[in-house]
This record gives sequence, C-alpha cells and structure tokens, in this order.
Amino acid sequence: MGRATTIARRTFLIGSAAIAGGVAFGTYMYRRPPANPLLANLEEGEAAFTPYVKIDAEGVTLITPRTDLGQGTYSVQAAMIAEELDIELDQVQVDPGPPSPAYYNTALSEESAPFRSTDESFAAESARGFVDMLMKFLGMQVTGGSTSVPDGYEKLRMAGAVARETLKAAAASKSGVAVDQLKTANGAVQLPDGSELTYVELAPVAAGMELASGVTLRDPGEWRLLGKPMRRHDMVAKSTGRLTYGIDMKIDGMVHAAVKRNPRQGGALKGFDASAAEKMRGVMKVVPIKGGVGVIADNSWRAFQAVEAIECDWGPAPYPANMDGHWETLANSFVDERLDARTRDDGDVEAALRQGEVFEAEYRVPYLAHAPLEPISAIVKVTEERVDVWTGTQIPRFVQNNVATMTGMDVENVHVHVLYVGGSFGHRLEDDVVRQTVEIAMTMKGTPVKLTYSREEDMLHDYPRQIAMARGRGTVKDGKVEAYDLGIAMPSVIGSQMGRQGLSVPGPDPAILAGAWEQPFAIANYRVTGYRAPELAPISSWRSVGASSNGFFHDCLLDELIHAAGADPLEERIRLCWHEPSRKVLEAVGEMSGWGSDVGANRGRGVAFCMSFGVATAEVVEVTATDAGIRIDKVYVAAEVGKVVDPVNFDNLVKGGVIWGLGHAMNCEITYADGMAEQTNYHAYEGMRLYQCPEIEVRGLENGDKIRGIGEPPVPPAAPALANAIFAATGKRIREMPFNKHIDFV
Amino acid sequence: MKLTVNGQEREVDVEDDMPLLWVLRDELGITGPKYGCGIAQCGACTVHVDGVAVRSCQLRAGDVEGDVTTIEGLGTPETLHAVQAAWIEHQVAQCGYCQPGQMMQAASFLDLNDDPDDEDIDRAMSSNLCRCGTYPRIREAVKTAARNLRNA
Repeated sequence: MGRATTIARRTFLIGSAAIAGGVAFGTYMYRRPPANPLLANLEEGEAAFTPYVKIDAEGVTLITPRTDLGQGTYSVQAAMIAEELDIELDQVQVDPGPPSPAYYNTALSEESAPFRSTDESFAAESARGFVDMLMKFLGMQVTGGSTSVPDGYEKLRMAGAVARETLKAAAASKSGVAVDQLKTANGAVQLPDGSELTYVELAPVAAGMELASGVTLRDPGEWRLLGKPMRRHDMVAKSTGRLTYGIDMKIDGMVHAAVKRNPRQGGALKGFDASAAEKMRGVMKVVPIKGGVGVIADNSWRAFQAVEAIECDWGPAPYPANMDGHWETLANSFVDERLDARTRDDGDVEAALRQGEVFEAEYRVPYLAHAPLEPISAIVKVTEERVDVWTGTQIPRFVQNNVATMTGMDVENVHVHVLYVGGSFGHRLEDDVVRQTVEIAMTMKGTPVKLTYSREEDMLHDYPRQIAMARGRGTVKDGKVEAYDLGIAMPSVIGSQMGRQGLSVPGPDPAILAGAWEQPFAIANYRVTGYRAPELAPISSWRSVGASSNGFFHDCLLDELIHAAGADPLEERIRLCWHEPSRKVLEAVGEMSGWGSDVGANRGRGVAFCMSFGVATAEVVEVTATDAGIRIDKVYVAAEVGKVVDPVNFDNLVKGGVIWGLGHAMNCEITYADGMAEQTNYHAYEGMRLYQCPEIEVRGLENGDKIRGIGEPPVPPAAPALANAIFAATGKRIREMPFNKHIDFV
Repeated sequence: MKLTVNGQEREVDVEDDMPLLWVLRDELGITGPKYGCGIAQCGACTVHVDGVAVRSCQLRAGDVEGDVTTIEGLGTPETLHAVQAAWIEHQVAQCGYCQPGQMMQAASFLDLNDDPDDEDIDRAMSSNLCRCGTYPRIREAVKTAARNLRNA
C-alpha cells in the first residue's frame, strides 16, 4: 500500500497499491486492505484509479457499485466521480463492477442504529459507528435504504479528485511542466501552451506515480454537473428499446428454465407427476428443487407451459392459512411479553391519559407485493473451474457467497455480473431466484441456464411488505394535543429477511418503529411502543420498509388528535415541531398548497409529515368527493435532503414515491386464503394507473447539513395525507388500507 | 411460419399458439417488447401490427396477419420517432421497463388522434402500467410528441 488519504468523519481511505505493469487506487477499510476487485482483471498497461475509476486504451470507466433499479443511481454515481475528474458523462462507460467488500455501504447502517437521524450527539454517532463496523464486517455491498447518494457523496467525489490529481502529476512528469501550471477539462490535462494530454494516454504513466495527497473536494459553488439538471446516461437506450435488462440477457448456448414452488410459501413438496410435462415440445429436463420443481426447455414460454402441466402435491403453509389468523396474531401482540422497544417515552403518558376524555383508534395495513414490472430472472453457468451468475441484484456479495456455498466453489471463482433491473422496490434484496437457478444449472454443467419467473410465480413468491396493526390513544387540552400514545405490532422484517441469509440480528428490530418514534414533535406526554409479533408469512423490505406502515399510523393518530383539539392540522404540526429543517418543510408545503385558502365545495385538503431515512417530508393532498367517488386532484411535496444532486432525477423519484404510496394505499393488498396469496397478477393488484394520477408539485429543501437519498422518504406521508384529505372532504376517517375497501376512487 | 418484423421477413418454427411476444424475444432475439404479466394487464409487450398497438402476449403467432413493428423498429437513436424524442426530452424513464410498451401505445394512439386532450390521454394510456410512477412525465411527453407530430 502506498500513501493514503483520510476523509474527515468517515473511516474510509483512498489508497494505492502497486501491481505488475500498473497501479490501482482503492478504497481501504480499517488497516487491512481488502483485495481490490479490479486488479484480478487488470491487463498489462491498464491502470485502475480506485475501485471507482478505471482508465485503459478503451477510455474511462466509472464503477458504480450500487445497483440501478430504475432510480438512476448509475448516472448519479457517475456524475459524482465525473464532477471531480473533469470529464463529461458522455465520455465514460458506466459499469456496476464486481462484488467486493471494498464497496460496503456505510450510509445504510445509519438507519439501523437506534438513534433519531436528527440526533448528532456523540452517543448517536458512536452507535451508528458500531453498526457501521458490523456492516463492514459483513461486507455489505447493498443497494437500499435510499443510501446510494449519501454513501457515495464523499467517496465517489474523492475517488474522482484523487484520480485527477494523480493524472496531473503524471502529466507534469511527462511534460516537465509544474503541476500548478496544469488544468484539467474534458478528460484531458491541459498544458499552458494549449496542448493536451488525454487521461487515456496518461494512464500508463500514472500507473508509476505516487498517489496524489492533500486532495480536497471542490466547493459546490464550482460544480459543473451536480446540482444541475442532468441527462441520464441510459435515457436514449431506455427510450429506444436498446437497454438490456436481466430478463433480456442472452448467453451463448443458453437454455430456458421455469419453476413452480409450493404456493404456500415455505411449504414442502410432497410429490409430483411430470409425465405430461416431459412429453411437451422443447422440454429437456424436469428437475426437483427445494420446495418445488423446475423445467428446462428451449424457450421461456415452453418452460412456463410445461411447469404448469406438472401436478404437485404440496404441504401446508408454515403460517396461518387465512387472514383472520394473521390479524388475530397481531391483535394478541400488544402485550408486555412481546415488547420490542419503547424508544419514545416523554412526560407521563399514563398520568395524562387518566385526565380527560381518551381518544382511541385502531389502524391496519395489509401485506403488499413489490411486483416490479420486470419479473425476476437469473442466468447461471456452472463449470468445474468457475460459476458465472448474471442477474439484477441489490445484494451481489450475498449472492456470491451463497453460490459459493451451494456449489462448493471458492468465492473468488464465483463471478457475479450485475445487470440492469426493471424496478425492484426491495424485491431484489432477495436471492431465491439465483439459488434455484444454481440448483437447476448444477444438473446441466457447462450450459448457461436462464430461469425466468412467470408473473404468477413472482407474485406468489414475493416476500411482501409486513402486515401491521397499531393502537393509538391520546388526550387534548386547551386546543392542543396533550398526550399521544401509539403502539405498533408487526412481525420482524429484518428477522425474516436476514434469516433467509442465515443471519440473526440481535436486539430490537429498528423497522418496527421506523417512521413513528423519531418524529420531531414536542408533545408533552408522548410514547411510542413497538411489539414484535410472532413470525407470520415471510416478509421483506418494501419501499420505505417500516415507515411504509408506521408513517401512516403515526400521522393519522396525530391528525385525529389535532382534530379533537380543534386545531388547524398544519399549524398544530408546525407548533409541535421542534426540529427546524422539519418545520421548514411543513411551512414550505403550506405555502405551496395555499393552505388556509378556501378549497371549494366537496373538496378537502390533508397534510401529513414523516421523517424517514433522515429526510423530513411533508405532503398535502387535495381531493374532490365526486358522485362517483374520491378524485385526487393535486399533491404538494416538500422534502429536506441537504443537497439536491440531480434535480430531474429528484423530481422523478419524488413523484414516483408519491404515486407508489397513494396507489398502494388506495388499491392494493395481498391476502392469503388456504395459505396462498390470492393476488397473482396485475388484474388484482394494480397499484395506480395513469387516470388516477394527480398533478404533483415537488420542492427539494437544502437546509440540513447532511446529504440524503430520496427513493423512499416520499412514500410514508402519501397515505396519511390522502386519508386526512378524505376526512376533510367527507368527514369519514379511513383507518385501514387499502382505502378502496371503505370508499370508491375515480 | 413467416413473419415480417421491423421490415424484415423472418422464418420461425414454432407452435401456432406461442404468443408473438415469446417468438420475438426467445426465437428472434428482439427484446424491446417486454414480458410483464402475460395476460394483457400491463402493456409492456405492446407492438404494432400494421401500425396498430396490440398486446403481443395475447396474439398467437399463428394469428399474426400484417407487419409487426417493435420499439426497435419505431425509431433508432439516430432516427428517433417523435414519441421517442419526447420521451428523451422529458426524461420519462426510471427503470424504463414499461416504456417500450408505453411508447408503442402512444405512437399508435397519436396516429389516430394527434391533438388529444387530458381525458383522451388518460383513456388511451391507462391500459399501460408503470410501477415506478412516471405518469406525470408520460402525460407531458405525449403532449410534446403530439405537438411535434402536428407541426411536422
């Protein structure tokens, strides 16, 4: 290891390592540098500057280790590097790179620590640091938790800056001109005489240089790319049908597989009869897999048809067969023995509840499928020497380790090629499809096997968003909220999800109270309690995770109490809010929506607030109660993200999050009957269609001192803002999702 | 059987009841049309047959009568169709998976009505599902494309 440069407040180092014929600059963890994933494939004469920048005769490649699920993160990550490297986005290749522990996600752990994201005390920072250590140990190269921007914000810019300065040093050595006389632009070092040395021609020289030290990041005021509307690099390909998603990937000699597993998730396969399927055209093989069967054929459709023709004898579900059993389990979980955490307990709630009239309400949210439009798929090729996996995944390191274990191969011989993903929303945090493809491909060594789920298989085996129930109580006094007591019961998302990776996470599950306990309101008597219900149907992270249910619970109860107090919904939230950036978000959404002005007959306005993933987000929804049902007219959103890195992508993600939050709250649920999900395709699970989509106005605020991601935070306030607007328009309180069980929408 | 796809005659040996979608994707390697639902609920598989939008997951290969155009044949990066140009201008795509179907639907719809109002757009475009929530940009892009088609 050569020199290293430390980044303030973060524990990562940008360092260099000499290799035969070149040099690599890497992100190092602790004192022990992990293997640089690029070195393995580095050819003679090729220099790799950090795991984030690679320059060779072909040009410059920016390595963007967080998976692009549609959130535009490849472009944003590339822009963070390109900003400092003085290169244009159309001059570079973008590559997700191989899995490596050097790509651990530091920002993700912030959400896992039991401290409010508004809390920057020493205790909070050190707890985050502890979780950070754990994450690094696990080597989690995970895309999730709206962390790609916060995680990359310093690392990626610094990688670009170090590479730039080292290239300048190489140019100085080649030209004899002092470094301080050199400038960089357009992928080249510019000499005072007007001539240029391109990065590509400097790369072999830079390979022999010492790492530039004392590099500082540019002031945002000097930015060329960041903070300005960007052209996503994949936009032309996505608009002309030329982008290759995982499901489009083709490997020479590939065969096509389909699977059918017990639709009662986790139930056994007791027996099957594949005699009809085996005779069908194109079918090569029927393969039993864990909990089901697979078919290999010469075409995806033929594989789907054949696997459908297999008759299976399934065992029962390891969870209640019908919804009554699920709700009963939750209802019975509000007891001391199931207490998971009480992370908010201000004042004396019990005493306050003994005085005055107590308001009480119960809220429910159902299981929800991720159902991204691209069904899950993977390609696996197993040979004696190596295993190759091509798939869209948010957890490439887990995939690599799991495949190594299953095949008995050394981890370094498992090559994971991360592909473009057609939506995820948390779906691709699971790797069942890869494991099944490995099972099948092991029976056909040397042949690449592509497994594609049918939509029905995808939805039946989705690990849905948690089912959850909340019970709220409170009192009001002198026109103000006096006591607020919220209990939330749900099974552990983290437990279910990490359990499938063979990990057990000790202590309370932060998802059970996320989006509820850490809200910045100064209520005199304020208590939020989480109850960990027993495991039910297997569940997983779904866009905004715990906050997707808890934001609804917390804000709806607050709205009901504010109404009971006779106060204005927005003014009372502002009065109660102690956190200035959050208060500004509420004020902004009030100003945007003209809060307080006459909204018109049969119309209503609702406001909701949720702090999640460190982002304070407030939304105002305006509805009209028409004769045919509720029409959502307009939504206003204000969110505090510290810095808006790409205004176009920001706008797109916020609108998408609002539509996601509203559409599912209005129209969607997954229910189990006889142990099986009853919704197996979009006819029964639509989300939102275009005709229901309101106009959405978005404002990003930059008052906070930390940069935050925006993929998830717009989701939690959408449902309560809609429920509160419906109440304002109709006087009807809706406390259960989906709302269309209680009211019609047009 | 013979099919004409994007102006080229192609010969395929498939069952009559194989959906056109899978003939395109797995037999001809044309992956612009996407598989999303298989039951005409999402529209990701939308292609044109003689210029009219159809759900290729529901059209049996044996029933194809006419020239098939996929997103690849609608326009290329060098020769964009007005709809594609508008999609790029408004940066519509997030994951982008539904967008080939959305654009094929929009192109066919604008061919019949190049001056649609909001209600026309809602009606024509609501059969195509987007899970990322790009609807506000789809509306804007359809309007831009309509304007450019009218002025062409």
